[in-house]
Amino acid sequence: MELQHLCVKRHVRHPDHIDLGNFLTIFNEWIQEEVGEELLIDVADYRHVPDGPGVVLVGHEATYSMDGADGRLGLLYSRKTVCDGSAEDRATAAMHSVLAAGNRLCKHPRLSGKLEFDDTDFLIIVNDRLLAPNTENTFENLADTLRPVLGAFFADFSLSRAWTDPRKRLAARVAAPGGLKTVSGG
Amino acid sequence: MKASNTRWRDRLEGDIPDGLANEIYIFETEIALRKQGKIDEKVFAETRLRRGVYGQRYDNGQRHDGLRKRKLAYPAEGLLKGPDTLWDAPGMQRIKIPFGGMNSRQLEVMAELAEEYSEGIAHVTTRQDFQLHFVHIDDTPSLMRRLAAVGITTREACGNSVRNVTACPLSGVCHDETFDVTPYAKGLAQFLLGHPDAQDFGRKVKIAFSGCAHNACGLTAMHDMGGIAVVREINGQQKRGFRFYVGGGLGAVPYQAKLFDEFLPEEELLPISQAISRVFGRLGEKRNRARARIKFLVNKLGIEEFKRLVLEEREKLTPDPAWTSFLSDLHATDETPLRLPAPLEAPRPEGFNAWYATNVYAQKQPGYVVVTVTLPLGDITADQLRGLADIARRFVRDTIRTTVEQNMVLRWVSEGDVGAVYDALKTIGLAQPGAGTIVDVTACPGTDTCKLGIASSRGLAGELRTRLAEKSVRLDATIRNLRIKISGCFNSCGQHHVADIGFYGVSRHVGGYTVPHFQVILGGQWTENAGAYGLAVGAVPSKRIPEVVDRVTSRYLTERAGTESFQDFIKRIGKQSVKEMFDDLAQVPSYETDASFYSDWSDPREFTTGDMGTGECAGEVVTQVEFALAAAEREAFEAQVLLDRHEAQTAGERATAAMLRAAQALVRIRVPEIGNESARIVTEFRAHFYDTQLFFDPFGGGRFAQYLFLAFEHAQAPFTPESAHHRIEEAQLFIEASYACYARMQTAAAPAAGG
Repeated sequence: MELQHLCVKRHVRHPDHIDLGNFLTIFNEWIQEEVGEELLIDVADYRHVPDGPGVVLVGHEATYSMDGADGRLGLLYSRKTVCDGSAEDRATAAMHSVLAAGNRLCKHPRLSGKLEFDDTDFLIIVNDRLLAPNTENTFENLADTLRPVLGAFFADFSLSRAWTDPRKRLAARVAAPGGLKTVSGG
Repeated sequence: MKASNTRWRDRLEGDIPDGLANEIYIFETEIALRKQGKIDEKVFAETRLRRGVYGQRYDNGQRHDGLRKRKLAYPAEGLLKGPDTLWDAPGMQRIKIPFGGMNSRQLEVMAELAEEYSEGIAHVTTRQDFQLHFVHIDDTPSLMRRLAAVGITTREACGNSVRNVTACPLSGVCHDETFDVTPYAKGLAQFLLGHPDAQDFGRKVKIAFSGCAHNACGLTAMHDMGGIAVVREINGQQKRGFRFYVGGGLGAVPYQAKLFDEFLPEEELLPISQAISRVFGRLGEKRNRARARIKFLVNKLGIEEFKRLVLEEREKLTPDPAWTSFLSDLHATDETPLRLPAPLEAPRPEGFNAWYATNVYAQKQPGYVVVTVTLPLGDITADQLRGLADIARRFVRDTIRTTVEQNMVLRWVSEGDVGAVYDALKTIGLAQPGAGTIVDVTACPGTDTCKLGIASSRGLAGELRTRLAEKSVRLDATIRNLRIKISGCFNSCGQHHVADIGFYGVSRHVGGYTVPHFQVILGGQWTENAGAYGLAVGAVPSKRIPEVVDRVTSRYLTERAGTESFQDFIKRIGKQSVKEMFDDLAQVPSYETDASFYSDWSDPREFTTGDMGTGECAGEVVTQVEFALAAAEREAFEAQVLLDRHEAQTAGERATAAMLRAAQALVRIRVPEIGNESARIVTEFRAHFYDTQLFFDPFGGGRFAQYLFLAFEHAQAPFTPESAHHRIEEAQLFIEASYACYARMQTAAAPAAGG
């Protein structure tokens, strides 16, 4: 199984405190300020869609969104272009990206004190059904790859298959009761 | 972009019909050739548009970020996918859904594509298509293969071609219809898809069908061709046909379609459409895109002369079994119920009654209803698509249709199941009431993604939707049943002309700033198949449009005479009175007083029109000759690939075929009915291009033509690697000479400049 196009979702702790309209402004500022090393292109507003992608910062290499899928608001990092390096390198890079973006958001004056992430619960999705169909076997492979990677981020964690519906993408839920070891990438 | 792109072809081999597989393979080859600079960017643009691969805002690599215009530094910087269109810039993929008909598996594949190639959202358009945005062009062949494997094509979804054929979503179950138009819409869509007579238009052609004359249904009056079902008694027999219209269209200046025939018999539907295509292809405007739709040709010639020409063309057509073959099985598209009819059950869940009142339509078949699934702004998530697929399997026989109001409908729902359907829809966030009401605002993509967008139609639609939904239960029924439609510019993709309350994006300069506005259009008619267009009453700042809606609806409520319709009310009070109603709203406060007027809905950037680009709606006008020559080039390229694989015989044959195709392209200019027979192509080529020296190169004379003659003469000779290599070289030279010959002919035919 080739592990490409990883998505990582960092869930928000108190979603009711969050006005998604703020992210239209913040993501546009990121484009203006050329935040990060990725090419940021545009902002898309899907707030009208229930449990949808919310507000999306569209990039060339990756997209960031305040995503409401499964009824849970979170910052979703979605890798679009192919990444070099080992599978472990790619997973590490995706984790760093979502953590760095989340930490940057928390520091924004519009969100300061309101946005808080629940770092005991992450979702990791492989966004390519041909490379990684959603089966028990591929999940075991994914878990084997992720364990050493996640060990660098969490002192204690467990992995479970996020959903068994074969129509959905292969995904692992990371339960880490102790949260992050350190705030990385920020 | 996707790591799996190279693998889908093998994975789906055998699952895709040969014709579609070949079509996608050709496109994939054209992508490779374009990357090597072997296809002109303009030709490539039209060929991708004809596969539904459309440009998107900022694809020229420039975006105003609110402070300044910024370059978007894509990796493949110098590579273009069309004039001024960068390769890596995200684009839109339009997906044709004839008559809006889909099944569960197709919904599931749409969900997969939205997740893997887009941003997790699929969008239903005002012409029953689906669109995916932010798609990379390198992903499109895989995307197309996955669609083709479930019977969906993107072919001719954009460009100067016959676009999606639409039909009333209630066809087959409607009380008012004369008969079910579904098989006719499907039959005509299949017939014209890739048809040689429908490839040489100056602009697009849109076709719609409606089962009755009086309701909205297919909106035939605003289409290039439109058929309304009628039955006539002939010799004691009930005969099916269509009240057939041509030359309608919206755009900047809307035209009502003209009646072509009171009764076009069903067996004449396809041949007359073919004849219209030929007349339009021959006489329609090609240079001035703004005047290139059928409506302008009909207007120029007059409907009688246009009809005469079409009927004359009809007489020349060689009979085609496909004209009537679909009539032998008109029930192939019939839908039947999965569950037995039953009465509506009690108790009803919370929120059910409001939803039932607007989203459920009793079918003509007792005990069954149509459920409208309201999609906000036409958007639906991947999870919701899968949820809908489950619902379609559970409650109906696996079918669903998209609508031109950007919703979806489940037909043949047993009334006894409606409560369970409501619950199931609620679980996936799709049980919103208000279908077909003032809350159910329709909008084109506007500045969100469209290169032509001036103002944010979706931003405004979202705002109006939120405000109106909050008070919808308190709204008088008179107001609730009005429709709002919004376009981001004057091109009318949001169909603002046929709404009770319509808007289209414009801009105004105020104190050195550009301010987003919407032109207000009132009194358009959705019913009677888009029977009348609205009245423009002036532009109002974008941020004050909600007040426009409040004022006009309040006034209608208080001053309405009896059961007077909104259209009649607007006509009665007159344009001046309507305009006065909004005069104060048209004022823009200074930037210092209220800067919010200087940005658009859902977009905090300071407003600018500097991001507008050149639209691709019109496509690139590329002649059939250019297309055929590009195809010949592709074949020559394929021959080289085959030779590299040590398949000398096939390579040599492919190179010969490439030469014949190029020759055929030129011959068709002189002999339109040339056909595919090699001997005739060579004979006609000799007569019209060699003997006349038209093909002669200024330096090489007739040398390149001799390559063709010799290749044909020795067509049966076996190829060695060396002879195949020579044939490929000759083919490339012959194709180059063909391009040069065509360019000389074009130059000679062009009117003299200056004067």
